[in-house]
Amino acid sequence: MIVFYLLAILSVLSAIVVVVHRSPIYCALALVNTLFLIAVMFVLLDAHMIAFLQVIVYAGAIMVLFLFVIMLLGSPDEPASAERPGLRTVVLAAAVVLAVELGAVVAAKPGGEPMAEPPSYGSTQALAERLFTTHLLSFELTSLLLLVAVVGAVVMARRRA
Amino acid sequence: MDLLIAFAKCLVSLLIVLQVGVILLWVERKGSALIQDRVGANRANIFGGILPFNLGIVNTLMADPVKLFHKEDIVPEGADHFLHWLAPFLALFPLFLTYAVIPFGDVLVIGDTTINLQAVELNVGILFVLAMVSLGVYGVVLGGWASNSRYALLGGVRGSAQMISYEIAMGLALVAVVLTYGTLDLQAIVRAQGDLMWGVIPAWGVFYQPLALVILFIAGMAESKRAPFDLPEAESELIAGFFTEYSGSKQSVFMMADFVEVAIVAALVTTLFFGGWQVPYLYRDGFHFPGGFSIAVPSLLVTVLQVLSFLVKLFLFCWFQILVRWSLPRLRYDQLMDLGWKRLLPYALANLAVSAVLILLLQGWTVRS
Repeated sequence: MIVFYLLAILSVLSAIVVVVHRSPIYCALALVNTLFLIAVMFVLLDAHMIAFLQVIVYAGAIMVLFLFVIMLLGSPDEPASAERPGLRTVVLAAAVVLAVELGAVVAAKPGGEPMAEPPSYGSTQALAERLFTTHLLSFELTSLLLLVAVVGAVVMARRRA
Repeated sequence: MDLLIAFAKCLVSLLIVLQVGVILLWVERKGSALIQDRVGANRANIFGGILPFNLGIVNTLMADPVKLFHKEDIVPEGADHFLHWLAPFLALFPLFLTYAVIPFGDVLVIGDTTINLQAVELNVGILFVLAMVSLGVYGVVLGGWASNSRYALLGGVRGSAQMISYEIAMGLALVAVVLTYGTLDLQAIVRAQGDLMWGVIPAWGVFYQPLALVILFIAGMAESKRAPFDLPEAESELIAGFFTEYSGSKQSVFMMADFVEVAIVAALVTTLFFGGWQVPYLYRDGFHFPGGFSIAVPSLLVTVLQVLSFLVKLFLFCWFQILVRWSLPRLRYDQLMDLGWKRLLPYALANLAVSAVLILLLQGWTVRS
């Protein structure tokens, strides 16, 4: 329990750094840190597979691409976003909507009792069984979506070259 | 007691990787000299005036690190101090952690306690290795960016592009191996390789997945950023690439990370394809040769032989990587990307597809633990 609260506080703190820090590189690194801490929470929940997939996919691949783009495009001294009042209003409105939604969900308290699952529910076997039986259709549709995105990226790169 | 055992196991695996790293430094310096017909490191002579003979390897092992750690630590003007300091550690520590899941022996039986010779028993060991290796990119990227130098930045960008590209082929090759053994647990994979094919040949991964071995080895060498894949630090173009602006102990940490990565590739190849700690025909109670001939071996000796077997294989593949590094010229950037995306990736995908179909067709062909 202490570990959980420590992790929770740390990940919220580093999530705040993502939003408020002026240097885009530090924002991206704080996001990596947040993702990593969430992966550790998955480990606490016995979901090792999800935890390491999170590190491999988000921290190891996607965020490296983020850093790549920031390094190639941005100068280090430039603040994250130029002053654009319209953007700020939209972001504030979205934050308020999200806060209200979260509040409503917490107030409604769905579920009540925590699920009584054996500790093996996060194992690779259990995950694979669910994924390829109950959730087979959504799994296949997701992979189709990713395939479309890959083909689209290749087509756009071809046109540019 | 359990805590003590866990601590000892972590210490042993950390010591293995540290020692391998330092010894590789010597092998690299003397080996490259041998290949290039030079004498190599021959200046240091510790206790030269006292001892009648030269200490040889010990000189390099002691003189090199001591020299590196005494050099001045220079941070370039305009550099980001915090990230400049952090980058070498980000490059090295994930790699150290990787060794925690590599099994270096079967079990050590002392009295009633049976100790599994693997620092951390994780049922998703392969994913852990991939995750930690993929985190090593941050050291390269940040080292390049934080130095406030064009050469370093170019090196960092090249390094991250290269590592991401080859990670994919590496991952796909590993998936084929996982399919073959039906588990993600490295210790279980090694145990499965103790069986015999047709009662004669050890059931090592190299016989089941030869193509995956080649892909993993090439991709692993590319991940370790050494020649012929050393574009991130190409000295003729970029001075030293992403660690151009590093000196003293920080630079030596980057160098150490390189050697540790070599050791990790060797450990992965050993564990997945060459039976890890397995000695052919050696079981827990002794040798059982195919002809029905047996030799009983005490349990402690069996453990020692197995750990030795792991270390010998590990050094063999480290040595092979150093041999390749000093034999082949550097690839051009387009050749590098071609090899990664147009050769290794399709071959890895085809290997995966064929393996999956074969395993389905000949269900008995796979080795299940």
